[in-house]
Amino acid sequence: MTEKKLVCVSCPMGCELTVVLEGKKVVSVSGNRCPRGEEYARSEAVEPRRVLMTLVRVEGGRDRVVSVKTDRPIPLRLFPKAMARVRELSVRAPVAIGTVIEENFLSTGANLVTTRPAR
Amino acid sequence: MRTYTVDVLVVGGGAAGMAAAAAAAREGARTVLLERGERLGGVLEQCIHPGFGLHRYREELTGPEFAHRMRQELDDSGAEVLTGATVLEILPDGPAVKVVSPKGLKKFRPRAVVWAVGARERPFGALRIPGTRPSGVFTAGLAQRLLDLEGLLPGRRAVILGSGDIGLIMARRLHLEGVEVRAVLEIQPFPGGLTRNVVQCLRDFGIPLLLSHTVAEVHGRERLEGITAVRVDEHRHPIPGTERRIEADTLILSVGLIPEVRLIEDTVPLDPVNRGPRVNGRLQTEVPWLFAAGNCVAVFDLVDTVAELGERAGASAARYARGELPPGKPVPLVRGENVVSLVPSYLDGTAESARMYLRVPRPMEGVAVDVGGVVRRRVPVARPAEMIEIPLDGDALSELSQKERIVVEVKPK
Repeated sequence: MTEKKLVCVSCPMGCELTVVLEGKKVVSVSGNRCPRGEEYARSEAVEPRRVLMTLVRVEGGRDRVVSVKTDRPIPLRLFPKAMARVRELSVRAPVAIGTVIEENFLSTGANLVTTRPAR
Repeated sequence: MRTYTVDVLVVGGGAAGMAAAAAAAREGARTVLLERGERLGGVLEQCIHPGFGLHRYREELTGPEFAHRMRQELDDSGAEVLTGATVLEILPDGPAVKVVSPKGLKKFRPRAVVWAVGARERPFGALRIPGTRPSGVFTAGLAQRLLDLEGLLPGRRAVILGSGDIGLIMARRLHLEGVEVRAVLEIQPFPGGLTRNVVQCLRDFGIPLLLSHTVAEVHGRERLEGITAVRVDEHRHPIPGTERRIEADTLILSVGLIPEVRLIEDTVPLDPVNRGPRVNGRLQTEVPWLFAAGNCVAVFDLVDTVAELGERAGASAARYARGELPPGKPVPLVRGENVVSLVPSYLDGTAESARMYLRVPRPMEGVAVDVGGVVRRRVPVARPAEMIEIPLDGDALSELSQKERIVVEVKPK
């Protein structure tokens, strides 16, 4: 059995979590003050996932870029590949908030969506 | 110059102002919101990272998404919005507010004003760092605006001074966009920002955080070429012999926010530590027609809190405009041990309930907050980066209002 110390980032409380692992299996989580802490620890100890936030180029509009995010967390290890893919993308103005730029982004099951309108 | 009579005039179109205007309009007040820029949302528009709205909307939103929802609430409320409108002067007699916009000069005669203009970044000049004055030095918020709103990279290799949340967020944003972030320097022996930002913005990407470090010198003629980093002792004095040069073309400063009070500082008493106006539990200042909310009162951690304060200020201003808010006896809140930021500054027995917000000066464990011996609240872990929020119910408020002064302190329990 191995023990991993993590800081929960689900909210600003920043609970200090202890995860006990057997191989890749989570045996126990302690130190959390809410159920989201346990959920976070179970995922973080095995495969850290994050929401990616970045910009996509806008063509034919007043705005040069539009802010985007993955609509659910994707594996952190994919971030370099994700940024390389984002640099190849562009959208044509105008774009509404919540527009899907790419479905099933890098086969993660997450969509890349705009987080503001672009003109 | 045309004169407009309104019930509530809100100055500032960020989270606090949008919430205040919506709340005032929902209370039935004829409300106008003034925003000097072209779009509403304030700093939210350039905060493209997630982490907003967990309290207010029970889901995690990015800044622009949070602003978008607040804008919808504002539109539904019936408040009138004027963008491109800058306040030139506030005349306490009347009161009257002079405004310039692309359509010319206007004068407002409001019954109540909500000041919600946010904070400004401490500039490079205020730090008095020796060396040259090349280009390539940016405040974190300016770099964020350039990158995330305008799509312009500030440089190629960056050093960040200050580990406040904006500095940490910018470290991650710059790293993701291909800028080499050489280090984040923090003069204090602990990080300035939230723990989750230290984890998600630095540790995730292997960006070094140098605690007890600052910039001793800036190098470069036209463009920044590098900085000298130095370790500091517990009195923040540089330790000779610990200097090292870090090559960089960009220096990002995340060294604090200061509430913006220029147009009201001659009108209203300020709190010397918060640096914003002194307010009561209803966000009313000591000038009865002037209310204030958000980061112009004190610098808060969460936009959710700022929006909540905005709502309370807007609703209070609407009630004042209707003549429903008689003055009470002010009882000052006094800082005892281990309290820096503290909101409100006084209670006056007019609120049914209130919330108190305070900040400790250094990380502490196993402490309790004591409010005038009436309310006591245990805090297992207190950090300067995380404000402590204490609800005060009606019973507590009526007991506290009987006192001459209320000492607020944080002590080992």
